[in-house]
Amino acid sequence: MTDEILRITDLRIAARTEEGEEKILVQGIDLTLHRGEVLGLIGESGAGKSTIGLAALAYARPGCTIIGGEIRYAGTDIRTLSRRERRRLRGRRIAYVAQSAAASFNPAKSLYRQVCEMPVRHGLMSYAEAKKAAAQLFAELDLPSPETFGERYPHQVSGGQLQRAMVAMAMSCRPDILVFDEPTTALDVTTQIEVLAAIRKLVRDHRTAGLYISHDLAVVAQVAQRIMVLRHGRMVELGEAAQILHEPREEYTRRLVSVRAAAAPPAEAAVAERGERLLELNALGAAYGRLRVLKDVTFSVRRGETVAVVGESGSGKSTLARVVCGLREPAGGSVRFRGELLPPTLSLRSRDQLRRIQMIYQMPDMALNPRQRVSEILGRPLSFYFGWPRAKVTARVEALLRMIDLPVEFAARRPGELSGGQKQRLCIARALAAEPDLVICDEVTSALDPLVAEEILKLLGRLRDETGVAYLFITHDLGTVRRIADRVAVMLQGAVVAEGPLAQVFSPPYHPYTEALLASVPEMRLDWLDDTLRRRAGRQGAEGPVIGAAAADRFALGT
Amino acid sequence: MRLLGHRLSGGAAVGFAIILANIVAISFARWIAPYGEADLVGDVWAPPSGADWLGLDNLGRDMFSRLLFGGQTSVSLALLITALSFSLGIVMGFTAATTNRWIDAALSRLVDIIMAIPQLILALMVLSVLGTSIPVLIGTIAILDSTRVFRLSRAVAMNITVMEYVEAARLRGEKLWWIMRREVLPNALPPLIAEFGLRFCFTLLFIASLSFLGLGVQPPEADWGSMVRDNATAINFGGIAPLVPAAAIALLTIGVNLVVDWFLSIHGRAHGEGA
Repeated sequence: MTDEILRITDLRIAARTEEGEEKILVQGIDLTLHRGEVLGLIGESGAGKSTIGLAALAYARPGCTIIGGEIRYAGTDIRTLSRRERRRLRGRRIAYVAQSAAASFNPAKSLYRQVCEMPVRHGLMSYAEAKKAAAQLFAELDLPSPETFGERYPHQVSGGQLQRAMVAMAMSCRPDILVFDEPTTALDVTTQIEVLAAIRKLVRDHRTAGLYISHDLAVVAQVAQRIMVLRHGRMVELGEAAQILHEPREEYTRRLVSVRAAAAPPAEAAVAERGERLLELNALGAAYGRLRVLKDVTFSVRRGETVAVVGESGSGKSTLARVVCGLREPAGGSVRFRGELLPPTLSLRSRDQLRRIQMIYQMPDMALNPRQRVSEILGRPLSFYFGWPRAKVTARVEALLRMIDLPVEFAARRPGELSGGQKQRLCIARALAAEPDLVICDEVTSALDPLVAEEILKLLGRLRDETGVAYLFITHDLGTVRRIADRVAVMLQGAVVAEGPLAQVFSPPYHPYTEALLASVPEMRLDWLDDTLRRRAGRQGAEGPVIGAAAADRFALGT
Repeated sequence: MRLLGHRLSGGAAVGFAIILANIVAISFARWIAPYGEADLVGDVWAPPSGADWLGLDNLGRDMFSRLLFGGQTSVSLALLITALSFSLGIVMGFTAATTNRWIDAALSRLVDIIMAIPQLILALMVLSVLGTSIPVLIGTIAILDSTRVFRLSRAVAMNITVMEYVEAARLRGEKLWWIMRREVLPNALPPLIAEFGLRFCFTLLFIASLSFLGLGVQPPEADWGSMVRDNATAINFGGIAPLVPAAAIALLTIGVNLVVDWFLSIHGRAHGEGA
């Protein structure tokens, strides 16, 4: 085809380990990209998606080298170009949009300065021209008051806006190819829609070719025409978006699709009322200085029950967890646990009270001390709470490892030698070692790959049935909520706006914010984004913008 | 060659050899040294000869013998002082980082005040008031040095205490001491050990400057630092006398740092494999 812009053939990339051995990261990848076409790259972490995306710029991360294959941009193999020629290409003809906009922008420079840097440096425009072009891009990306938007600094705009500003920065030289590396992964679902819509519109209008990297099939399907499924650095399957979604040929793709699909079915009938009340929150408040982050939060958790707390970032759900476990002093209200009033801070609580409430964190890497062995990590709660002799502790550690389906030999390992999913299992085992009544799960699956997250959820469910523990499950992922929760509390700006059994909260009549949240969860169909945008546009005409911080107040006050 | 289950690199082997040689020479000084510490055996700054193969010093004492005896004082003093200042600095630094901000502020300002006064002058003041006994010398330098260690260990520990595994230990109800010892210290070790190697050498030199001013090790007892100072003028006459103790300091410094580097390389590894 004549409008072919990028052709990669037999790409091979290797990394050199510390011992000097070579490890193949990417192998035998062929792909072509035409003008105006977006190709989705999908796979779990370690699949080589980002490595391939960067290779489109003939760039390899430190420690990695492109050891074979051709990367042809408009006919020339850019691997054969000199360093200088390659540099002229990068940013100008092929540009990159990174996952975390907050980490990619310089907080000390205005957005204009950063967005205009590339065209000015490459000598394409004067600063004044570049500013004008940037303002136009801001307008195209639906950013508020595009003329003055660029005068702000990164911390003065929201996460979604910053991500769009980064798209504008990548577009500033009007490149032929854009590489998007998980641009919406760090965003809330409602913000994700805005960014997705903006990206799709921009790519269409400018006929830019795109490589869209993501681990979320439903998201990729909204922007990409074709999707390539990757695993362990090799291609599993390549096909039209519709085909991958509806008729996946490979087993692995089917599993990826079914994980997302499993999240979709509506909740089963209301679960029978569980045991007595375990945790009761009554008009709980919390504040950072003058900023009130929790307002009159009232709900309860019964024994053996899973209560999900959902909300977007900034809704106060993590603060709620910190108040319950005693890390943050409440500014009002009370926390009752097993009928008695819990002291507000950690140091005032008894060892037994501490034991009965355990916590599992989002990032297992940070929650495990890298210098301790598994036996020590799991053994400490046992000797600390129960004062068991060493032999009994060792036996129990082995039993715990078996409980989380890890080999007993892992007791001698350190966290660094485990995979992400195994680390999270370890965190679960550490929490359960204390034989708690309540486990607070703070976004425990959001840092994991979908298939791994699925296994963790299954494990949590099984352990709940075995031990009768109750979960306070904090998450922004509604799919997860549907899988595991008995009851749901929806939080918005520190207040609970809807609370009740899962089936009741997640079925009509919805609270409007719940509905907005539900509608923002990407679905496994191609026209989901169009539908959602259309629905939203209709509503916007009637009552102004519905999503975003501006509208949040209305939900909080309404109904 | 392996040590503690880790492969010994070439540099580390050299470092260990240097340290070992130093320790042996110093501990058996009494038997190795051909002369006594204060014996006058010949001309001032006599060049090396068969009998005195490192030459004689500014009073005609045998350089080699003094080097051995001086090493006893210098190395053991430096080691003791560094160890003391590290224990003190680390405990204070970790306490500041793990407890509340009032204690942190109090400790930090106290350290700021000490650091605001030039170290040498403060040491001079303390030593001239309290007298120049060895225990006072050790205590003074250790406390002054611990301010630097405090700063480093506080900064390192600050980065560690925000990790969730420390929070998990707090939630479990662990005592402060346990958290500092078991959660923070192992992770703070690499930069602290690197600092130890450096501080050790600085201490050696600091004792030397105090000795020069007459407030450190008292003559006729030898120490490497004062030997450099005593013989410094010989350099004008082309003598090698001041270079000999200086070389001894340099050699030990290099040896210590080679070992420290090796230690860092095995501990800095992400996965702690092979341990």
